[in-house]
Amino acid sequence: MIEFSGVTKVYGSTTVVDDVTAQLPKGGITSIIGPNGAGKSTLLSMIARLIPCDRGTVLVDGLDVARTSGETLARRLSILRQDNHMTARLTVHDLVAFGRYPYSRGRITADDQAHIGRALGYLGLNDLGDRFLDELSGGQRQRAFVAMVLCQDTDYMLFDEPLNNLDIRHAVGMMKLLGNAARDFGKTVVVVLHDVNFASCYSNHIIVMRDGKLFLQGSPREIIRSETLEQTYGCPFEVQELGGNRIAVYYT
Amino acid sequence: MLPLCISHGDLVKLFVIALLATTALAVASLFVGVSEISFFALLSGESNEKMLLVLGESRIPRTAALILAGAGMAVAGTIMQLLSRNRFVEPSTAGTVESASLGMLAVLLLAPDLPVMMKMLVAALFALAGTALFLGILRRVPLRSPVLVPLVGLMLGGVINACTTFFAYRYDLMQAMGAWTSGDFSAVLRGRYEVLWLALALTAAAYFAADRFTVAGMGKDFSTNLGLDYRKVVALGLLIVSMVTASVVVTAGILPFIGLIVPNLVSMAMGDRLRHTLPWVALSGAVLVLLCDTIGRVINAPYEIPVGSMLGIIGSIFFLSMLLRRRSRAA
Ligand SMILES: Nc1ncnc2c1ncn2[C@@H]1O[C@H](COP(=O)(O)OP(=O)(O)OP(=O)(O)O)[C@@H](O)[C@H]1O
Ligand SMILES: [Mg+2]
Repeated sequence: MIEFSGVTKVYGSTTVVDDVTAQLPKGGITSIIGPNGAGKSTLLSMIARLIPCDRGTVLVDGLDVARTSGETLARRLSILRQDNHMTARLTVHDLVAFGRYPYSRGRITADDQAHIGRALGYLGLNDLGDRFLDELSGGQRQRAFVAMVLCQDTDYMLFDEPLNNLDIRHAVGMMKLLGNAARDFGKTVVVVLHDVNFASCYSNHIIVMRDGKLFLQGSPREIIRSETLEQTYGCPFEVQELGGNRIAVYYT
Repeated sequence: MLPLCISHGDLVKLFVIALLATTALAVASLFVGVSEISFFALLSGESNEKMLLVLGESRIPRTAALILAGAGMAVAGTIMQLLSRNRFVEPSTAGTVESASLGMLAVLLLAPDLPVMMKMLVAALFALAGTALFLGILRRVPLRSPVLVPLVGLMLGGVINACTTFFAYRYDLMQAMGAWTSGDFSAVLRGRYEVLWLALALTAAAYFAADRFTVAGMGKDFSTNLGLDYRKVVALGLLIVSMVTASVVVTAGILPFIGLIVPNLVSMAMGDRLRHTLPWVALSGAVLVLLCDTIGRVINAPYEIPVGSMLGIIGSIFFLSMLLRRRSRAA
């Protein structure tokens, strides 16, 4: 379980994440949605100890992320940020292989090899293994980063907008993959999403952020409703029931 | 670019061949110079005492120093580029070299009788401080273009250099300073270059930490995610870079641009997985310096063009073409 209480981040005089408290149950997909600048990425980065909290604590399976050693955490929790600029020139295979670094410290075992092969396969990267990251399209590169995080094989996986740059087929494939990871392998997946319909169809739990605060949380059925979405984003929504899912229509 | 079908085994074979070729080059360089030493005379036992003396006291130390310095500076450049996440950074574009040379001047002024090893350590301390200052500036002043990063480094180097020159003028040490500001191996003799073996030891240390440097090169967030203590790796890298730079500056003087040319070429061909590429970086650095030195000895014989000058010319052309290529890609 991930528990955070009173988590706050202040930049200068603006509080970008303001006293957020929540518990994310073990297993399943939790989606974080909300408008630009709501503090979603900042919150996710604080959970993953990439940036320190100004106030509040984050516990992962009871371990305080600010105090636990980096090595221990790296075997329990992994994160992929929203923008990843990589200046180091690595092949897709080498990047994914570094997902095993917390376990092997660079000396790849047969078990690591199997993980790497699976991660590449899951994301359809088998043919691109020898290509350098700077020779890939944006979506291919995004899939390579996700493969690296999958290869790290932690109980908790955090992704900030993993559908960035993906075409529709790969976006659906990615959400299904995360769903399988949660269902079949008991992983706990936390994703920041902009597409509320993906959040609606695939999450077990949705957290809505607005102006740095936790605005609402609940099941997709509770959250994906026209009033709540209109309050969140400040534009009109029409929500319909389609094939057992709630789908928001907001294009016109 | 290497064709992708080259397997790891082939790459190892290729490396052995390259290593042999470098050895041949190194041996050849022993026989280039003002006083005649003939390979065949040595083999047939017709060598005289003077030949052996020149060989043992001057030529072999010189060649060894060239190899050690070239390999060390190239590896230092690679580490700096990964840690600063910028392709244009190397010890002579980040204030490292200039700080080391300020350190040398300080030693010359305050404690001229220190043994070489201690001189080197003082220079290393200065280099460490200068490079840390450079990285600190980069952290505080976010630069929009990667091209600006080495410009900041060159400016910092310029300021430090100005201090060095000021004191050197005041205390009438300009001539002594000339000895180490232009990379020149003609004065390398037995007993005066051995500190460079330390550079080799540090290069080996870098190889053992290769994966850590690669992960650090992926950035702070990736490092943290993978459980690597980013600050420790940066500190280790800075330590290696400043000690290597200082030991080269103390023995032969400034060797500009090796740390820029070699890492960029190797990265273009093979990427940045240091565990695979670092041996190539070291070897190419050694070859480049050996070649420049040998050509410098031949081209204008019996006079020598110092390696530093040769590298300065080749390096600035390379640097410029890198800048221009970037611009044409960005346009
Ligand atoms: N390093 C920083 N310094 C100052 N302000 C920052 C910093 N990082 C983020 N902010 C501000 O904090 C607020 C929240 O940013 P955050 O990246 O968490 O938003 P987000 O919800 O992820 O938005 P998006 O949907 O656009 O990704 C924004 O207003 C942003 O401008
Ligand atoms: Mg964000």
